[in-house]
Amino acid sequence: MTPLLQVKGLTKRYGARIGCADVSFDLYPGEVMGIVGESGSGKSTLLNCLAGHLEADSGHVMFDTRAEGLRDVRAMSEPERRMLARTDWAFVHQNPRDGLRMGVSAGGNVGERLMAVGARHYGDIRAQAQDWLGRVEIAADRIDDRPTAFSGGMQQRLQIARNLVTGPRLVFMDEPTGGLDVSVQARLLDLLRGLVREMGLSAVIVTHDLAVVRLLAHRLMVMKSGHVVEAGLTDQVLDDPQHGYTQLLVSSVLQA
Amino acid sequence: MIEISNLSKNFVLHNQGGAVIPVMRDAALSVAPGECVGLIGASGAGKSTLMRMVYGNYLADRGVIRVGDVDVAQAAPREVLALRRATLGYVSQFLRVVPRVPTLDVVAEPLLALGVAREEALGRARDLLGRLNIPERLWPLSPTTFSGGEQQRVNIARGFAHGYPALLLDEPTASLDAANREVVLTLIEEAKARGAAILGIFHDEAARARVCTRVVDVTRFTPGLAA
Repeated sequence: MTPLLQVKGLTKRYGARIGCADVSFDLYPGEVMGIVGESGSGKSTLLNCLAGHLEADSGHVMFDTRAEGLRDVRAMSEPERRMLARTDWAFVHQNPRDGLRMGVSAGGNVGERLMAVGARHYGDIRAQAQDWLGRVEIAADRIDDRPTAFSGGMQQRLQIARNLVTGPRLVFMDEPTGGLDVSVQARLLDLLRGLVREMGLSAVIVTHDLAVVRLLAHRLMVMKSGHVVEAGLTDQVLDDPQHGYTQLLVSSVLQA
Repeated sequence: MIEISNLSKNFVLHNQGGAVIPVMRDAALSVAPGECVGLIGASGAGKSTLMRMVYGNYLADRGVIRVGDVDVAQAAPREVLALRRATLGYVSQFLRVVPRVPTLDVVAEPLLALGVAREEALGRARDLLGRLNIPERLWPLSPTTFSGGEQQRVNIARGFAHGYPALLLDEPTASLDAANREVVLTLIEEAKARGAAILGIFHDEAARARVCTRVVDVTRFTPGLAA
């Protein structure tokens, strides 16, 4: 099986400081990779370099495109990259306001992604939007409301619907459950697990919540000062951490 | 089905002066299909450590852990994940689930992950929960609020949902009443009869005597204790 994403030696510097250094990994279809580390460890820099939101200094981000197989996303033209970003890729921001259009109705937010890939039939678009709102448990009678009228948890679920409606194969998520109360967080985790299983979705998820990665990610990378210090099966890294920093991270979690 | 040889492991505590704690030296054992091997030895001798290493939850420093045609000690994470999905089951002592997910879905999940049709998976889950005497009114509820014994039975139902060719059992009859203990022992006997290779820890001596084909004393593999 070909990896969906192959990352080789990805490096980003901010002047003299290191953002992320020499990061390499493979991600296969249906796999969820978690990235953990404290604030400033480089995990968001890495995610943004992968998704093309930040220009990396060196390295390769190879993606298994539908038409031409493995291609280096960094070498693609801007229109090609944008096309990828609205078809096979999705990006779920920590703050739903960064990923939603706040002045457009919930149905419009979802429908817009469909129109961006060529859907034109209003009835079909509305029906698909309706279907996706249902999957993320937003009541059908809220389809014409704007996200400003939604709670934070509903906004986050709407952002996920907007991102997944086009059937992407790879989703980048930056603290997708951060800032949500725990009951909403649990429902979102269950939703994401179901989508991974049913759609064969792959995902790269940045979080600082070890409980979230344990339940959501198959594999885990631990970052410190821009470097990946440890990687492996999620439960193995959390239960038998090899690196001093990971041991510190795991042993520092407060028990509820 | 399960073949372990020359297996060794140390724990290195980097934040506690780099203390090196040897926990396993040259462990070796094998479990054939249809066999149930019980691990014995005093608390701290390394029974759970050995089980966790077979599951890939703890890393091996040296040695071979062959389960089917995969060497867990060397395999890439992806291969271990595939092995756990289809071949190697594990009933731990603790239930770890996403909160708010109904018990029925928790039990059906291993089958859904294998691509079994939803109705068939739920049917199998209902059957197991019924056998394990979890009242039907609890099935739509999350097991996180259940009693210890109920959680243990949900965990067992989940572990037996798919007919894994190899199965690890960590004290499956702990905290169960006589009737449910009987159900679990019957499930283990059924698994043996269909050819599963089982490695287990049973503190319940009568249960061990009933289901285990033989026992292995892990004290032999405990560094500093071996004769």
